[in-house]
Amino acid sequence: MRSQMEGSMAVAKAVAACRPQVICAYPISPQTHIVEGLSAIVKSGELTGCEYVNVESEFAAMSVAIGASAAGARSYTATASQGLLFMVEAVYNASGLGLPIVMTVANRAIGAPINIWNDHTDAMSQRDSGWIQLYAETNQEAADLHVQAFKIAEALSLPVMVCMDGFILTHAVEEVELPEQAQVDAFLPPFTPRQSIDPDDPVSIGAMVGPEAYTEVRYLAHDKQMQALELIPEVAAEFKAAFGRDSGGLVRAYRCEDAETVVIALGSVLGTIKDVVDERRERGEKIGVLGIVSFRPFPLAAVAEALSHATRFVCVEKAFSVGIGGIVDSHVRMALTAKGHPIENYTVIAGLGGRPILKSSLHTMLDRVAADDLERPHFLDLDRDLVEREIARSRSERRSGPSAENMLRDLGAVRATPV
Amino acid sequence: MTTPETTDLADQAGFHHGVVPDVLHTEPAAAPVKFYQVGSFAVGNRLLPLEVRSVQSDPNRTNALTSGHRACQGCGEALGARYALDAAMHAAKGRMVAVNATGCLEVFSTPYPETSWRVAWLHSLFGNAPAVASGVAAAYKAMGRDDIRVVAQGGDGGTVDIGFGCLSGMFERNDDVLYICYDNEAYMNTGIQRSGATPPAARTATTQAVGDEPGNVFGQGKDLPRIAMAHEIPYVATASVDNLHDLEAKVHRAMSMKGARYIHVLVPCPLGWGTASSATVSVARLATQSGLFPIFEAEYGEVVSSVPIRRRVPVEDYLKAQKRFAHLFSPTRRDDVIERLQAQADRNIRRYNLLPQGDSPEQPDLTDQPPRHDPAFTSQTLPTAAEETSH
Repeated sequence: MRSQMEGSMAVAKAVAACRPQVICAYPISPQTHIVEGLSAIVKSGELTGCEYVNVESEFAAMSVAIGASAAGARSYTATASQGLLFMVEAVYNASGLGLPIVMTVANRAIGAPINIWNDHTDAMSQRDSGWIQLYAETNQEAADLHVQAFKIAEALSLPVMVCMDGFILTHAVEEVELPEQAQVDAFLPPFTPRQSIDPDDPVSIGAMVGPEAYTEVRYLAHDKQMQALELIPEVAAEFKAAFGRDSGGLVRAYRCEDAETVVIALGSVLGTIKDVVDERRERGEKIGVLGIVSFRPFPLAAVAEALSHATRFVCVEKAFSVGIGGIVDSHVRMALTAKGHPIENYTVIAGLGGRPILKSSLHTMLDRVAADDLERPHFLDLDRDLVEREIARSRSERRSGPSAENMLRDLGAVRATPV
Repeated sequence: MTTPETTDLADQAGFHHGVVPDVLHTEPAAAPVKFYQVGSFAVGNRLLPLEVRSVQSDPNRTNALTSGHRACQGCGEALGARYALDAAMHAAKGRMVAVNATGCLEVFSTPYPETSWRVAWLHSLFGNAPAVASGVAAAYKAMGRDDIRVVAQGGDGGTVDIGFGCLSGMFERNDDVLYICYDNEAYMNTGIQRSGATPPAARTATTQAVGDEPGNVFGQGKDLPRIAMAHEIPYVATASVDNLHDLEAKVHRAMSMKGARYIHVLVPCPLGWGTASSATVSVARLATQSGLFPIFEAEYGEVVSSVPIRRRVPVEDYLKAQKRFAHLFSPTRRDDVIERLQAQADRNIRRYNLLPQGDSPEQPDLTDQPPRHDPAFTSQTLPTAAEETSH
């Protein structure tokens, strides 16, 4: 049934349709509406056979999910930003233990400075945690990805993070076709754990492994992700057969067939980029878009294939590796190097801390790309004067104070106090 | 051991229902048994009626922590965990799983592919055992398997420090978990560093016996049993490996209840305390008999019983038995510090009514005096670690 709803509610309903048995929740913006929705669904009795645990921290949320999953229950939690970082030790532990927990990350910037708005710094910090990471472009895809996520997680005994842009998706009201309960039940069989903690079969789980086998254990973690490269498209195809919708998969190409320039991105910004590409296509530019759905495992072959006719690519990234630059960009270059097809490339850092990614800014940037005149990495809409002033101030004064506050004063965003 | 009590206080009422039950236990979990075999408080188990014999004497016990593990000789934690989990398995009729925090107990029991655990056992991290246990309990509840009981365990570091947030959360939600803390009063697994349970003046690797105030400072540290009581959970108890009969009984009582329950067990560490490996039980007894470690039970935030001191000893006897307090006696005797520690013991005695007859260390109650060659009551006769290794 198609209906207008907030992205968070669509995700809450899709998750509930997956019949999770334990949901643990700790509130953090912009994830709150998801766990609020699930709270109501469980408390009202709409979802039975489910324990909803209000925990005292994100570290506890992931830990409760670990215990529940290890006991054989389908387990779900959601977080964002500082919350994801607060639970990091348990995030790695969940994947190390091979527990198929599904977690929504409502992507949000990381402090300091504290910032509640969207970017991908949170999820990108966990790209090496051993979790599968899927990025949703729309609220429809966010809802659908959760149904697929449980299937992928449980097939591989690996946790899956479904990333959706905070506020831009979580708080946006759009038309969504919710997965019907009967369809989900047919698509997603009950969870059978590979191993569980059970008095009927008393095993020890989570013991120490030394140098004699640790490398092999880590190799198997990598091998599972390689298996996911096969499984994710299969599950997406199965999903399409069952639900009739294209959602998920590894990558999604848009107008790439004859494209010389391909813009690569993750998440909701793909919609804006597609609009820009349509406009440039009308002007005769051979340009396309490649959306990456699965960032972990990273689909090297699928990316290289999509770029096989391109002469340059531009990664528009909502996070970056401080001290070197683009994260997605380095992955794409690895994909092309492996194929012996290194091409011109640009990294564009955009949308940090919720800064809007405007079509006009993208056009200006792509004009410079077309002229092969863009610095690397390029920070979209960076107020360079503002930055230069602060750099000069910090060079001239030892006690120049907090940069963030100084720059906001320069902007006039806060009232200047008399010196 | 008696079969688990059928009275389910939590089912009658509980703080989580907004009501403290009218009926709290009025008798201690273990009735004191006043006879001795070989000059110690160890009860001649074979002489007891069947129903009060220890679980550990049962040839059909679980052996939850069985032989072959790598604990140090004389490890109080291994001793306490073995008795506690065997008692819990007995009470749960085998329907029990254990969640373990990182620490000595986890490390010495389980490098893959070996394990000393004969119970279903799960280790995740250092600071999350209470939350993992909450998750296991929630899973069993959701799956309709609430016959399975969940026990979580960890050392003092995993409990009072790094796992404290998760523990408090588990208490506050009144999750159906029995958490057992084996307190050896420092981070022993990493090499004897101070924890939030390290007593004042104790020497550790991070509170060394140097400077004007050697050892751990006064005025820090947590009294976790009392913090647990403040959560008004159904059951909080302390126990010590010098009274394993009492420990077993408290585990049984805890397992007869539902909701969040907490048992804090004193487990001396020969390595960290600087005691002979043969002195673990004796030094634990000096801790309880001096009043430094009070033994009591509390239900819904109120103390319901305490185990009286049978023959009081001055704290000095306890301190002298351990190298971690050696700087209080040599090169200069620190009477000021010893007096402050004695004052702590005296306060415990008042707070928990540990000397109902008003006994004092100067005038010990001789009516209950054990045979004269009991080594537990003259610390001078305890071998020190140095003496033992020189043998």
